[in-house]
Amino acid sequence: MRLKSLILGAALPAILGALALTAPAAAQSLTAITGGRVLTGTSVIENGTVVIQNGRVVSVGTGPAPSGARVIDARGKTVTPGFVAVDSGLGGSEIGSVRGSDDLSNSANSISASFDVSYGLDPWSFTLPVARLGGVTRAVVTPSHAGGGGGAHAHDDSDFAGVGHAGLQSPGLFAGQAAIIDLGQGGEILVQPRVAMVAPFGEAGAGIAGGARGAQFVQFKETLAEVRLYARNRAAYDRAALRDLSLSRADLEALIPVVEGRMPLIVTVRRAADIRQVLRLAREEGVKIILDGAEEGWLVAEEIAAARVPVLLDVTNNLPSNLEMRAARMQNAAVLDAAGVVIAIKGAEGSTHRAREQRYNAGNAVSHGLPYAAAIRAITVNPARIFGMDGRFGELRPGAAADVVVWSGDPLEPLSLAEAVYIDGEEQPMTSRQFLLRDRYARPGTLPPAYSR
Amino acid sequence: MRSYRLTGASLAVLSALALGACATTGSTAGDSSSGAAAPKPREALAPGLDVAANPDPYPSTYAALPRENMAIVGATVLTGAGQKIDNGVVVVTDGRITAVGGAQTPVPAGHRVVDARGRFVTPGVIDTHSHLGVYPSPGVTGMSDGNEATSPNTAQVWAEHSLWPQDPGFNTARAGGVTTLQILPGSANLFGGRGVTVRNVPSITMQGMKFPGAPYGLKMACGENPSRVYGGRNSSPATGMGNMAGYRAAFIAAREYKARWDKWREDGQGSPPTRNLQLETLTGVLDGSILVQNHCYRADEMAMMMDLATEFGFRITAFHHAIEAYKLAPQLARAGICADMWTGWWGFKMEALDAIEANAAIVDAQPNSCAVIHSDDAQLTQRLNQEAAAALAAGRRIGMDIPEERAIAWITLNPARSLGIADQTGSLETGKRADVVIWSANPFSVYARADQVFIDGSLTFDRANPAYQPVSDFELGQPGFGIAAANVDQGAR
Repeated sequence: MRLKSLILGAALPAILGALALTAPAAAQSLTAITGGRVLTGTSVIENGTVVIQNGRVVSVGTGPAPSGARVIDARGKTVTPGFVAVDSGLGGSEIGSVRGSDDLSNSANSISASFDVSYGLDPWSFTLPVARLGGVTRAVVTPSHAGGGGGAHAHDDSDFAGVGHAGLQSPGLFAGQAAIIDLGQGGEILVQPRVAMVAPFGEAGAGIAGGARGAQFVQFKETLAEVRLYARNRAAYDRAALRDLSLSRADLEALIPVVEGRMPLIVTVRRAADIRQVLRLAREEGVKIILDGAEEGWLVAEEIAAARVPVLLDVTNNLPSNLEMRAARMQNAAVLDAAGVVIAIKGAEGSTHRAREQRYNAGNAVSHGLPYAAAIRAITVNPARIFGMDGRFGELRPGAAADVVVWSGDPLEPLSLAEAVYIDGEEQPMTSRQFLLRDRYARPGTLPPAYSR
Repeated sequence: MRSYRLTGASLAVLSALALGACATTGSTAGDSSSGAAAPKPREALAPGLDVAANPDPYPSTYAALPRENMAIVGATVLTGAGQKIDNGVVVVTDGRITAVGGAQTPVPAGHRVVDARGRFVTPGVIDTHSHLGVYPSPGVTGMSDGNEATSPNTAQVWAEHSLWPQDPGFNTARAGGVTTLQILPGSANLFGGRGVTVRNVPSITMQGMKFPGAPYGLKMACGENPSRVYGGRNSSPATGMGNMAGYRAAFIAAREYKARWDKWREDGQGSPPTRNLQLETLTGVLDGSILVQNHCYRADEMAMMMDLATEFGFRITAFHHAIEAYKLAPQLARAGICADMWTGWWGFKMEALDAIEANAAIVDAQPNSCAVIHSDDAQLTQRLNQEAAAALAAGRRIGMDIPEERAIAWITLNPARSLGIADQTGSLETGKRADVVIWSANPFSVYARADQVFIDGSLTFDRANPAYQPVSDFELGQPGFGIAAANVDQGAR
């Protein structure tokens, strides 16, 4: 097998075939994707027709394409909504170890809860096209913290505890606020800023508070009390007539929607005992929470379900990477789903560079007991619903954003490829910096590769 | 075997091979020096002062688990050696593959017949880059034993001396079909130390896992890690050029050390050289008995390492994390160097920026190539078949016609070559160790699970039978212990 022959032979038709399905077209034009196996997010339609126009889904059904519509032949293909990444760093971190390119974490103790990732997002990030080629079209970009990412890459943050500069928490209990983006090429990617607050619990949260879990819970409750005090006495605060508070004004403001139950709090927590405590804390404080991680969640699945608390899962965590996830199992997703918990499945390693592995993770959840339909929900409608975007994206239904992916086969299979991706009805270029590198070296010329594009 | 020059650490390997052979053929190691120039008689050195007197001081005690002769019938067999056999038969006798063929292949009388109709059979998966046992779960204080990050040259340390056999990750890897692993030191140092190749069997001791006769590997590291770790301490190396200077100084010293021992063995004159474990390992690289396993991301750095090897007269066996191997694929193939790669990992640091999913496919397309998919990760090692599938898909995306029977070699035969054990395992070929996985479905499917995993013909994991789902000592009595999740026992998690 020679590289040159593959370039001149089957390669280009194979690549271009997918693109040739669709001539470039404005998002406004009436388009029908016909004949495919349509996974709407909540149901399956064989030989379905998905009609889109003006960036939205017009209809999903089995009828013929409307007259005048541009027809995309998806016979033999699978059609899905674009996948929704959660706990993601897409657009907020370019190269993991290059600190200046990472806008997902902040260590200033006057800006913790108020840290807003939405200002640092880069629509030109080279992470976006790579994820898009994996079928990801929306992401909940979430501030990172020392307790994120799963046990295998856990950081030691234990020397940061206590009260720091200006009497403020150092670092704060809160990592900041998440934003929702779309992955559309060339446009404004911000869909909605400040959709959720983030706070680590368990070992990482305890480390912030001084080392012990009991300290963190006390500090957390005290902090929420301060926020309520501040909210009732803003005028006094501005006159400096209120007692000293442990958060900056910006952080106090940012937490008001949290204490009022309007903004969900993403709680990173792993141990079953900690999950139980966090559920109680949320109930007592009237805070709406989303569990993140929850590796031991299956042990308390009924309690999570009863509290109607959704969970963001890294389904591949099945090892006792640290002492707070000794009960980690691949079957966690299956057990939680069976108990009625709304789950979303993450991509790999912070859903940034490896966000595209979200679909494989969903497939692995299936091979470990999660029903296929539930796995599809966990990467489409569920993440949208968890973040208050029900019906706006993550599902093929009338009125939703026309985020559509045409797959060569079952989207959860590594051997399947995304052949066409639409975001808000716009057809996306099927390339990436990685593909450019690939093509440069897969097609050697007489001049050095630097001369090829 | 008898024609080797027997100097220095090469004795270690020959002796180990002989010991390995002992277990099955009863031959003795007593004549293993017959090809060398007869040394002049002299008194033996005190114990431990002459590597030749005890070249294998921490010998394997591996013994296969109980086993029976069998024939696996009816499956689609991917042999690892390039064949795909529908409705195939794999005959295992005394722990070895004794026949592989189509449905007509005779099953010897007395062999148990394993019905694998509708399923797939492959060689056991081999992971060339693992830190199981040395960076075990739980990754807590007291258990982080993978990087002797105290000096840029720690060629004297051996990963096997850090290996904790109770790491639960060995069990989950086995449930993913992994039958052989190379456990390596980390990449903080230019010379991280010796790796060890193990059979993935539950064992109380490291020695009980050690692959009999497998050559040692020497972990070397290029690039960002050594210069970051030591530059951050305001010591050398702080740069790429400091890295190169460090390798060169070490091999100059190793050449001199080797010459001193060679001379002393030759003429027996004067005092023997003082044994130096660091230089002894490098001497093993120089005489070819220890295989260089070189963490090296960038193409330009690989090219310099290849020149370094020429400068000092040694071979590089494999580049690990070879992110940019696709930029140098013809050169790697010509030099006979394996490229051990990921498919999906990229962008976590500068030297990982140019990773592409089609890396393995492009490397593999060269004549005489050696493309390997590896993990470096306790999670990924459980799904190397899927990592290979994603690489296969990336190759097919650019029109490369790669059959599955070829791609399966990326996680079986090629990694065996990368570890110098391809004569022992890595493919379903007559005479090899019966390291076999029966998959529930095509292993390139995300839904495929390893149903049964055999090592040397012994059943070591059975997804349907809790009696063959080992759990480590660490796992006993921990949260969740003994509770089935979604009707699945802990051992098949």
